[in-house]
Amino acid sequence: MKYDMQIIVRSLGKNFGAQKVFKNLNFELSDGQSLAITGPNGSGKTTLVRILCTLIRPSEGAVQYYDNGSVIKLEDVYSYIGLVGPYLELYEELTALENLRFFARMRGIKDAFNRSMNLLQRLGLDGRGDDPVKNYSSGMRQRLKYVFALLHEPHVLILDEPTSNLDVQGVNTVYGIMTEQKKDKILILATNDQADVKYGDQQIAVGP
Amino acid sequence: MQLVLKAWFIFQKDLKQEFKTRYSINAILLFAIVTLVTVSFSIGTFAASAEIKSSLLWIILFFAAMSGLAHIFVREEEKHTADTLKLVAQPMSIFLGKFLFNFILLIVLEIITLPLFFAVMNFSVEGVTVLLSVLLIGSIGLSAGATMIAAIIAKASAKGALFTVLSFPILLPVLIAGISGTKIAVYESTFKAAGAELQMLFAYAVVVITAALLLFDFVWKE
Repeated sequence: MKYDMQIIVRSLGKNFGAQKVFKNLNFELSDGQSLAITGPNGSGKTTLVRILCTLIRPSEGAVQYYDNGSVIKLEDVYSYIGLVGPYLELYEELTALENLRFFARMRGIKDAFNRSMNLLQRLGLDGRGDDPVKNYSSGMRQRLKYVFALLHEPHVLILDEPTSNLDVQGVNTVYGIMTEQKKDKILILATNDQADVKYGDQQIAVGP
Repeated sequence: MQLVLKAWFIFQKDLKQEFKTRYSINAILLFAIVTLVTVSFSIGTFAASAEIKSSLLWIILFFAAMSGLAHIFVREEEKHTADTLKLVAQPMSIFLGKFLFNFILLIVLEIITLPLFFAVMNFSVEGVTVLLSVLLIGSIGLSAGATMIAAIIAKASAKGALFTVLSFPILLPVLIAGISGTKIAVYESTFKAAGAELQMLFAYAVVVITAALLLFDFVWKE
């Protein structure tokens, strides 16, 4: 399927009460481009990521997603996005495969079982699909979040602290995913790790 | 169609989680049984009139529901899975799935509590089908209202207290019509006798579900 995806951010600002997190952010991203969001702790990187994913609303400005030149309705944006972030958890009472089956059904993914198995193998979780997520270590949970984010082959992959909790092998797998994503789709990462930042062709620093 | 299908998947997921943890069902059943036993000991089996017993039935159901129905959204917030759910479903599907789960939970509560209430309180009714209809339609309104309020309070710190306090004025029409309908079912076996109460309960359910579907997006997203 041919996409021509574009994200346009105009005059974006966010306040929590009287506290201004950031203001007047402007950028554009299209297929084959990547963006690294940087800034000190508490500067609003995660807030910006959550606005880009439509999880929270901006206080000013707007984020618009375009598919082949047509604006994507805000309530449909989620189906184009894959997100990995420290505040995002899977259902720990369920097994990894039960989680993935639920998300695949919600996203209407065909051949979900094979895709899940392939992704679990790629992320080094093969043979652990039937374990409840509550038995996973923090590194394994981070790997499983990547399986969740990649399950529907998202056109926009957004990674908040992409390599946290991962060992060297896990970090290399994630770098492989990032390289693949930015070839012909959109990659956004929020990080302070200089090794991660270099995967963003553009950089934006946030702060009040 | 997609909306309903996704709501069904969310319901199935919640049911699977509930089977594994049994948090909500344990909370509401224990509350209902403890309250029922306490009430039966304190007023005696024959002391109360049918009117008082009708009120007690709804009070037990209402507060038992309050002890468990909020969990459906509180669990998502506390376990940090709310954002994950927001990324795979539209708000309307989420409301419908959660509402269905709370409705089924309430029906299970009634299936277990009602025979116990009849036995322990020496309660009898002329219109069994009238009573069942009042309970069924009342449960739709009760679970729809409670689901919406659960989503509102899920991010607050004093969730339990806030849920009951907020729910009481909003769910009061269900309580009033439910108690009145149950009183009528004690002496009357025709639907005509409880027509006004059934209409009231049905209208309440329609209004609350419609309002919830329209407003849920604003409640669910920060």
